[in-house]
Amino acid sequence: MSGTPSPVAGPAAAAPAPAPRRLPLGSLAYAALAAIVVALAATTPFSGYALNILMQAATYAIAVIGLTVVLGLCGQINLAQAAFFGIGAYAVGLGTVDGGLNFWLCLVTGLALAGVLGAVLGASTLRLGGHYLAMVTISFQQILTLVLTNWIPVTHGPDGVPNIRRPALFADGQSYLALCVLVLAVVGWLVWHMPRTRLGRAMRAVRDNELAAGVSGIDIYRTKVAAFALGALLAGLGGGLFAGSFTYISPDQFSFAESIVFLTMALLGGVGSPVGAVIGTALLILIPEWLRFLKEIPGLYLAIYGLAVILIVVFMPDGIWGFLGDQVRRLRRARPAPTPAAELTLSQGAASAAPMLEVSGLAKHFGGLKAVDAVSFTVAQGGIHALIGPNGSGKTTTLNVLSGLYSPTGGTVRLAGQDVTRLPPHRRAASGIGRTFQNIRLFRSMSALENVVIGAERPNNPLGARDRAALEARARAALAFVGLEGRAQEPISGFSYGHQRLIEIARALAGNPVLLLLDEPAAGLNSSEKNALTVLLRRMAAKGLTILIIDHDMTLVSDVASHVTVLNFGRRIADGVTATVLREPAVIQAYLGEDATAGPAASLKTDLAPV
Amino acid sequence: MDLILQLLFTGIGIGSVYALVALGFVLIFRATNVVNFAQGEFSMVAAFLMVVFAVDLEWPYWLSLLLTLGGMALLGALFNLGVYYPLRHRSYLPVIISTIGASIFLANTTLALYGPQPQVLPPVFETQGFLLGPVFLDSQYLLIIAVTAALVAFQYWFFEHTLVGKKLQATSQDKEMAALLGIPVAGMIMLTFVYSAVLGGIAGILVAPVLFVSIQMGATIALKAFAATIIGGFGDVTGAIIGGLALGIIETFGAAYVSVPYKDAFAFLVLIVFLVVRPQGLFGERVAEKA
Repeated sequence: MSGTPSPVAGPAAAAPAPAPRRLPLGSLAYAALAAIVVALAATTPFSGYALNILMQAATYAIAVIGLTVVLGLCGQINLAQAAFFGIGAYAVGLGTVDGGLNFWLCLVTGLALAGVLGAVLGASTLRLGGHYLAMVTISFQQILTLVLTNWIPVTHGPDGVPNIRRPALFADGQSYLALCVLVLAVVGWLVWHMPRTRLGRAMRAVRDNELAAGVSGIDIYRTKVAAFALGALLAGLGGGLFAGSFTYISPDQFSFAESIVFLTMALLGGVGSPVGAVIGTALLILIPEWLRFLKEIPGLYLAIYGLAVILIVVFMPDGIWGFLGDQVRRLRRARPAPTPAAELTLSQGAASAAPMLEVSGLAKHFGGLKAVDAVSFTVAQGGIHALIGPNGSGKTTTLNVLSGLYSPTGGTVRLAGQDVTRLPPHRRAASGIGRTFQNIRLFRSMSALENVVIGAERPNNPLGARDRAALEARARAALAFVGLEGRAQEPISGFSYGHQRLIEIARALAGNPVLLLLDEPAAGLNSSEKNALTVLLRRMAAKGLTILIIDHDMTLVSDVASHVTVLNFGRRIADGVTATVLREPAVIQAYLGEDATAGPAASLKTDLAPV
Repeated sequence: MDLILQLLFTGIGIGSVYALVALGFVLIFRATNVVNFAQGEFSMVAAFLMVVFAVDLEWPYWLSLLLTLGGMALLGALFNLGVYYPLRHRSYLPVIISTIGASIFLANTTLALYGPQPQVLPPVFETQGFLLGPVFLDSQYLLIIAVTAALVAFQYWFFEHTLVGKKLQATSQDKEMAALLGIPVAGMIMLTFVYSAVLGGIAGILVAPVLFVSIQMGATIALKAFAATIIGGFGDVTGAIIGGLALGIIETFGAAYVSVPYKDAFAFLVLIVFLVVRPQGLFGERVAEKA
């Protein structure tokens, strides 16, 4: 469903025994229910008034589900949903009335046009922050309204487009309503399943934590553009059907105020799920009908919408369905644990003569501050290499440059001989660099398992798998490796700080990296957790993995690292075998200050080197 | 040539209004890291309050002005308490949505209370203006330019040379550190909202005699002021002023030489061009999130 071509799974994918496929009971039940609703829509004799309301609700709901994708799943705002809705509507209106074209052709053209415009608009803005996106979508909305109103020869101007024709098969209102409900049911099903697809997971990861998504191999920008285009496309689809249902459209139906109505519907029902979209749409179409008197005073009902938006955001951030869903989840039994996880396998790339990591002349300047200045070091294949130095010496900056979060001011970075200096974070992840963060960055709305599945999905993972069962098996194996398999389904918030660190490590390991960067993994751990971490690091190294670790805990560093590079004030001051480097006067001086002579240095040594 | 000078004058006048509203945007953005999408409604509400006091009730102009600015200060405080403060620990997205909700609420409450007919607020001066060579200097535009210049000067003095101004700067740069130094951060943010509301209100009162006083004026002004902040460079005070003036001039010339119905579209086109070509604006620096 994610639309990505599935490459041939190599024999390297040591496939675990395929889990017996469960019958898609849920989907069958949904299909049956949808069929009943469509049949009811087609046969129940509605009044013309009721028919209009129902058609409006069904077509609006499709556009609101578009917001579920872009705002709910991906966390990007779109305040021009009515504009995209209008593009679909005008494509059908102008196409069938002025062009005399086939309805279906116009519908497809309209949704394609909305999708393409959404992609272009998103592509121009999504690299920037959310405020820009909000303003640009408002601007787009205003420009479209201006064009629809003023380009009279083409759009008919404020008079609108009357006498829009429906397709021959669905000419009467009853069957057209059935068509709208059918489309809504299909769209709802697709979006319901989206969070568990590769693209859907990527969107949620981007929403939860962009930096972590990037270093896990997700192309943040493309994911956002895809979400934005998809949301716009659904609005175009809803709008096209809307034009057919009312057979008359005019610019004021697609104004900024309507975009706000769409947004309110999505927020009220719950932006996280298509069910919420349908609930919100139904309520906000029915309530104003019941409270018709509100519409007699212009502005009153929109004022109430505005107030409702503030109240929902403050008091019910997950909407009605989000609230109900929490209660349902509480009642639901935990799924039986599947078969025990297999041993985690890590495949190291074909041994090449080049060192695993070759950093030469690396520099990163922030204005006048030289955070990293002409640093060179190499990390050999296999084993643990530590990068140490006092606070502010440039360690984390170096790691951020290595993982692509910062672009370097100068110098080169080679991974197994391949130049990766200019690659963005997700491309570096694809070439095999995994990392963890000093301040833990997990995807907070997901379970431990889902977090690790995203790691397993890293592009170019030779042990990656395309099908869900195999991906989950790999993620379970990674969780088992860090000792958390039994709690795989639990949400992140339930784990202690130390366990969250382990989940981050498991997420990186599931991606089968060739080089793993660990940013202060021992920070904030108690002494027994530190001991466990030491053992874990040794077990990872025993699997042939190359690890570059930053840490302040000298016991840990001297215990696990075979090589050490020392930075101070952005420059390399020492490099070599751990035991030797930690005795160098320059290093001791850097840690203890200028006055450190032989005396205090000796006390440092006992701490450092259990040679 | 005469026409060009005349358009330049008008453009600077209207651009001054955008600059004032843009300043309000920038101040709130710097204090809270969120964009207040209801900033334009402050102008709209103030213009309507002036219509109520000075036209409907026929109270003296100076009294109406004082009451209106007092009302705006109150509105800014309520806005902070109701729309921003409950969400201060959440991400920017809920806050954006909340300020959009507030914008819709303010505009439509005004519509419900006052009806859709655009209102007229008479200019401050009796004389229409005077000729300077070939250029007619409209008195209201002259007033707008003068008040904007005075407010910009005041703001510079306030932020750079007073203790409260320094505290506000400290709050906007690092809230936690400011709090540790004993600066009442919540109070500083409150002050920012109050001042921004008053600033937006002054812009609305100034521009009201030139435009009609309508429900839509808030949204229109806000969008243009936002475009001005992007052209100037987000969060930069000088940028907001230059951006506002530039936008006013572009728009006036566009309306004269290209198309009147699409006058409002120029701002958005300029905005989108800037976002694509130079998103950091004229004076801004590229910002990156720290890992």
